[in-house]
Amino acid sequence: MMSNLIKKVGGGLALAMYSMLAQAEYALNLPQPATEIARQIFDLHTITMWIIVGIAVVVYGAMFWSILKHRKSVGHKAANFHHNTMVEIVWTTIPLLILIVMAYPATKSVLAMRDTSNPDMTVKITGYQWKWEYDYQQDGFKFMSVLSTPREQLENYNGKSDKGENYLLEVDNPMVVPVGKKVRVLLTASDVIHAWWVPEFGIKQDAIPGFIKDSWFKADKAGIYRGQCAELCGKDHGYMPIVVEVKEQADYDKWLAEQKTKAAAASKDAGKVYELAELKSMGEKVYAANCAGCHQAKGEGMPPVFPALDGSKMVNGPKQAQIDIVMNGKAGTAMPAFGNQMSDTDIAAVITYTRNAWSNKAGDVTQSSEIKALRK
Amino acid sequence: MEAVHEHGHDHHPSGLMRWVTTTNHKDIGTLYLWFSLIMFFFAGSLALGIRAELFQPGLQFLQPHTFNQLTTMHGLIMVFGAIMPAFVGFANWQVPLMIGAPDMALPRMNNWSFWLLPVAAILLIVSFFVPGGAAAGGWTMYPPLFIQGGISGDMTILAVHILGISSIMGSINIITTIMNMRAPGMTYMKMPLFVWTWFITAYLLVAVMPVLAGAVTMLLTDRHFDTHFFNAAGGGDPVMFQHIFWFFGHPEVYIMILPAFGIVSTIIPTFARKPLFGYASMVYATASIAILSFIVWAHHMYSVGMPTAAQLFFMYATMLIAVPTGVKVFNWLATMWQGAMTFETPMLFAVGFVALFTIGGFTGVVLAIVPVDIQLQDTYYVVAHFHYVLVSGSLFALFAGAYYWLPKWTGHMYNEAMGKWHFWLSVIGFNITFFPQHFLGLAGMPRRIPDYALQFADFNMISSVGGFIFGTTQLLFLIVVIKCIRGGASAGNKPWEGADTLEWTIPSPAPYHTFATPPVVK
Repeated sequence: MMSNLIKKVGGGLALAMYSMLAQAEYALNLPQPATEIARQIFDLHTITMWIIVGIAVVVYGAMFWSILKHRKSVGHKAANFHHNTMVEIVWTTIPLLILIVMAYPATKSVLAMRDTSNPDMTVKITGYQWKWEYDYQQDGFKFMSVLSTPREQLENYNGKSDKGENYLLEVDNPMVVPVGKKVRVLLTASDVIHAWWVPEFGIKQDAIPGFIKDSWFKADKAGIYRGQCAELCGKDHGYMPIVVEVKEQADYDKWLAEQKTKAAAASKDAGKVYELAELKSMGEKVYAANCAGCHQAKGEGMPPVFPALDGSKMVNGPKQAQIDIVMNGKAGTAMPAFGNQMSDTDIAAVITYTRNAWSNKAGDVTQSSEIKALRK
Repeated sequence: MEAVHEHGHDHHPSGLMRWVTTTNHKDIGTLYLWFSLIMFFFAGSLALGIRAELFQPGLQFLQPHTFNQLTTMHGLIMVFGAIMPAFVGFANWQVPLMIGAPDMALPRMNNWSFWLLPVAAILLIVSFFVPGGAAAGGWTMYPPLFIQGGISGDMTILAVHILGISSIMGSINIITTIMNMRAPGMTYMKMPLFVWTWFITAYLLVAVMPVLAGAVTMLLTDRHFDTHFFNAAGGGDPVMFQHIFWFFGHPEVYIMILPAFGIVSTIIPTFARKPLFGYASMVYATASIAILSFIVWAHHMYSVGMPTAAQLFFMYATMLIAVPTGVKVFNWLATMWQGAMTFETPMLFAVGFVALFTIGGFTGVVLAIVPVDIQLQDTYYVVAHFHYVLVSGSLFALFAGAYYWLPKWTGHMYNEAMGKWHFWLSVIGFNITFFPQHFLGLAGMPRRIPDYALQFADFNMISSVGGFIFGTTQLLFLIVVIKCIRGGASAGNKPWEGADTLEWTIPSPAPYHTFATPPVVK
């Protein structure tokens, strides 16, 4: 235990020295703005910092001067003054005036940030524990966006080199928007409060279950922009990044067409009957993306908070009860209602998978039509 | 102990029962101070767990759920178990001594206020060992996340209730004492500033602790009795909790800093050998800060999507607080100016307080500005900001006060060389820990995450190294205190040349009963 600790710490220190020499990838300031609002924020911060530097020079100057000169050890004799109305009025009034000067541009920026009128497009974003859903309501499709960093990079730490460039900041399906268009986002959540934050866009908005809040951004340049959930939302709060891909209009249109085709294909497949093996392999993917975070890759769970599924009475019992819990969640626990997050096929697949994976041998198959029948 | 026998009429029990049954303000003050020191070390070691995990990217020591328990309990215990009780300990010892009163006005209630604290502390500590572990939804207990937790959530709510009751009783006691038991001739505007700041703080506590009690009670009924205060599905609103919590929470920030202002305003004149500059404006600034603290709460929630008008109102009100806070800093500087300063450990911590608290004040102005705050809310910038006001603010003032009054409490001088080491290592360790966190926040690292993207690695490593320097340095303080209790040079009535408050007119250690005949203040 101890030697392990020493190895880790020692290795870390060596690594730190190396990484500081090799790559100066740290930042000292806000990221380069990619929207007009982010630019205003950047400038406001810069102005404020310069005002602070000015005040700091005066305050610390006076402090250090008096520490050096007005000390007993250099033979300074104490004066006896204890108030001066004029001075006190001056140092109350001047800060007040400085603050008024700062408040003016800040107010203008607040008004601009909050103006969500006349958007070019609207995307509804829903936070789940621990993923984002992007719903392009006007175009009739939606998808989930989940962390795509492999779990072994998180858990089996073997030094920095094993981690990908965008460690913890990469997702399977990024949000995609066209460049130069005012995108209004509607934010809500299904379980707890999350916050959707992309630093380069200067946008951070809490996603609150039961309410819809809006905000907006208009990206200047095509590119990939990364952010993270900013509001503590439970165990995997650190693992729900946000990736926004800003595309040129033509590329965006192509992407949009593809998504629409996919959505149409999926709805055509909706009633299809699958074999056990097919459902199992589809279910394994659904499980990895949605369930493994808590119930773990091999179904061993993290009792008592997150129960094991491998060998579980529930999973090996009648399937109706398990379907109910997956679709409707379990009150008072972190188990969410997946009914409105997943398609019928996905639910059928993941039920089939868990009932037939690891040591579970229920042997039965659940078809999407059974799930569909349960929806009202 | 000599003094006890001189007074003859003391027949208090000895051993453990002395401490359990005591109604003496000095005993109770001592209990508060030891309790808060123990809690400080406990919650501090939780923070070292956090820093160990964040030393490198990846998960090394803690699972995410455990990590969240540590951040939550570190915050809760530092605020309610360490900083607040420590200031109450100072009030117990010093308020009667500084106003020339024989004891607190309500001595039995005083005993009860203290003995509630260990009960709450045990609840919080035991909650780590119940199924599901300790509360992990953040010290702010936001629903719906907090409602998901296990039984530790209920234990935390109960603990907060108990701590709240203790604080309210303690405050009533302090208010009553100050109003009724001042020595003849000590008018309000002659009270030492430490007494003034506690007087105002006690009113803040009485005003806001019941609000917190209400908020956590609603959480409890939401969890168990099917109410829907914070559940939109039942007509409630999760954001309402945040409004209620921060209506308590922002005055709470000032509850933790105003007594610190009082301690620093006592120490700087002593070691500058010069009266406090602008006594009256200090009192008015303290009162203004207290009043303004009730109308700025929503600056903790700029990103929830409030109406624009509300955002602007809270931005202006928050910026306004910089004015009286600035007045305080200027007054301390003017007190130092043209003084004849010496830099014993209390003065070092007091000057360290002024220098570093000012940085926390500056970043407070940055965060007050809504658009900038939208970028920085819930990042490490905020973590850096509130540690500059709570560690180099409140905690440094507590250390300053402890070194300043230890000679009076124990009758011995503390070890000056060790005190200075404690100060310098603390300042250095503190800045290595928290200064880089400003950069982390600006670059976009969210708070409360157990693992981070690679561009945050260097500053996190530096911050962790600083954290361990700062943490281990605090053991020095424990050694200094124990050595000082056991022996050392005799302190005499008044070890500090420039001190002029009433506690320095009585012997050191302060006799068990003091000011049985009130002194007359001219």
